[in-house]
Amino acid sequence: MSTADAIPFDVSGPPARPDTAWRRVLRSRRVAVGGIILGVLLAACLLTLPWTLRREGALAFDGQVIGKSYVAPRGDAPFGTDILGRSVLGRCLLGGSISLSIGVAAAMLSTVLGVGVGLLAGYRGGWVDALLMRGVDVLYGLPYILLILLFKIAFEDPLAAALNARAANLVILFLSIGAVSWLTMARVVRGQVLSLRSQPFIEAARAIGLGNARIFFHHLLPNLVGPITVYATLIVPSAILQESFLSFLGVGIREPLPTWGALARDGLSPALSPIISRWWLLTFPCALLALTLLCLNFVGDGLRDVFDPKREAAKI
Amino acid sequence: MRRYLAFRILQLPLILAAIYLLTFFLTWVVPGSPFDKDDKVSDKLAMKLMAQRFHADQWQSFLAYYPLRIVRGDFGQSMQYSDWSVTDIVKSALPISMALGLFALSIATVAGVGIGVLAAVKRGGIWDFLSLTIALVGISVPSFVVASALLLFFCVRHPWFAISRCESIADLILPGIALALLPMAYITRLTRVAMLDVLSSDFVRTARAKGLSRAAVIWKHCLKHALLPVFTYLGPAAAATLTGSFVVETVFNIPGLGQHFVNSVRNKDQTLILAVVMIYSTLLLVLNLLVDIGYSLLDPRISVQEKAAS
Repeated sequence: MSTADAIPFDVSGPPARPDTAWRRVLRSRRVAVGGIILGVLLAACLLTLPWTLRREGALAFDGQVIGKSYVAPRGDAPFGTDILGRSVLGRCLLGGSISLSIGVAAAMLSTVLGVGVGLLAGYRGGWVDALLMRGVDVLYGLPYILLILLFKIAFEDPLAAALNARAANLVILFLSIGAVSWLTMARVVRGQVLSLRSQPFIEAARAIGLGNARIFFHHLLPNLVGPITVYATLIVPSAILQESFLSFLGVGIREPLPTWGALARDGLSPALSPIISRWWLLTFPCALLALTLLCLNFVGDGLRDVFDPKREAAKI
Repeated sequence: MRRYLAFRILQLPLILAAIYLLTFFLTWVVPGSPFDKDDKVSDKLAMKLMAQRFHADQWQSFLAYYPLRIVRGDFGQSMQYSDWSVTDIVKSALPISMALGLFALSIATVAGVGIGVLAAVKRGGIWDFLSLTIALVGISVPSFVVASALLLFFCVRHPWFAISRCESIADLILPGIALALLPMAYITRLTRVAMLDVLSSDFVRTARAKGLSRAAVIWKHCLKHALLPVFTYLGPAAAATLTGSFVVETVFNIPGLGQHFVNSVRNKDQTLILAVVMIYSTLLLVLNLLVDIGYSLLDPRISVQEKAAS
């Protein structure tokens, strides 16, 4: 037996692992850094919920303390207190939980809507496609914040009659944001379906007699997971941003529940007071909001590079 | 080209009508009446008479009556501020919003293109770092955070600008910057990427080889190509500044149309809501149309039909 025959066996060892997308995700520094900071923030917000949601206590979101209003940040109140003596730290933490969950819920809703509309339009084609895409055009023509506002105002009271007022407020917030954020997703998915539909493997699947539903779920959808994941991650920051806009304008979350946008709104005038500037009321919620959005965009962009390297040129 | 144009222009009123119907439906299902004010005794008969004055006692009559007025350019009375006609409100507020929006857009375009070009030419240098920072901050940081930071720094810590005053062009500087940051982020990145693309192309090497100066090649030959993606972004950029101005107007206390819209939605002031939505949508649609037409004129390689087909 010559050594040459033995070589393949010698060098085989563990097979070279294929460079899958997820492996590249884990290697991407942007995704890692953004993800870690985001994880810490999320953990801090969610793990403190038992303390922030309490009626009384150092972190209670509505724990008003008379005589302790406008305390500047110090040992027992790390982020200071607001006019009612409530801990800004506690309110920021609960506000973060609410902002993030509204963002994620709205992103999920708009992902479902966008993927549904995109798939239907791209796969059916013809008049269905024309109708749906004209609808998307119409909605693109509207400044979205008008639409969110109108949705929210129109459906909040009927919903409050069915649920209680506070739950209705939260539900309608994410419903109205989700209902207008699916447009880009629909366009992306439709474009992908159109390009996939003309490829040989779909034709082959049809040629061997597979039904529409099977082609749809087994052959089209798995090929769309990458772009859908990427755009879904990018919807989350924009949904959080829209919620903060609404709350900042005073039409979002209802007192006394906080979100970062609402906290920034409440903090604006005390912070700008020319006599004593209570900067901590404005700075902390704004900084947390900006940091979270930055990290979410980091992760989304990193994922996009990994899943969709062709779009590198359009990268922002 | 001509056929496509005609199609787009004919489509415009249809889209506007669809937007009108959607808005109308949403304002109509809002519970409560715009005439129902807390501070006045709401007499059933008085309310009915008020509703009749606006043709708003039944949705059919309002729908049949109001669009015709809008087409004639008359938005009627405001339902909430009974002494004001919607046209007056719009006339006083729209120019301020437009001035702010245009100012922000021009800052965004000039600064964004400039920084983007410099970043591409000196890749990896200080300008590149600046362009990356602007892109990150502009996209991630909400405009009200930027606005508050500007106010805290330039009005409270260092009182160089007056707070909440809107009298001269100088008072639009801070809100303009706050509003410009988001479109500027996109424009900077778009310019940088397009410039990098152009700089490595053959005709640039030829131009340099035949002895043209660096500046002439960069600012004359390359920029022309690099501006195309920026131009297509101007439509969405206008939308971003329009909607962003709602929030910035609130922070800086500017009496623009955005504030009126937010208040009109709260007051269920149907005539004002419809007017603002229709004005904004018309502006946006016309801008997008102009951008599409301009794009095909600027870049002869692309015909609009191709773009429409893709």
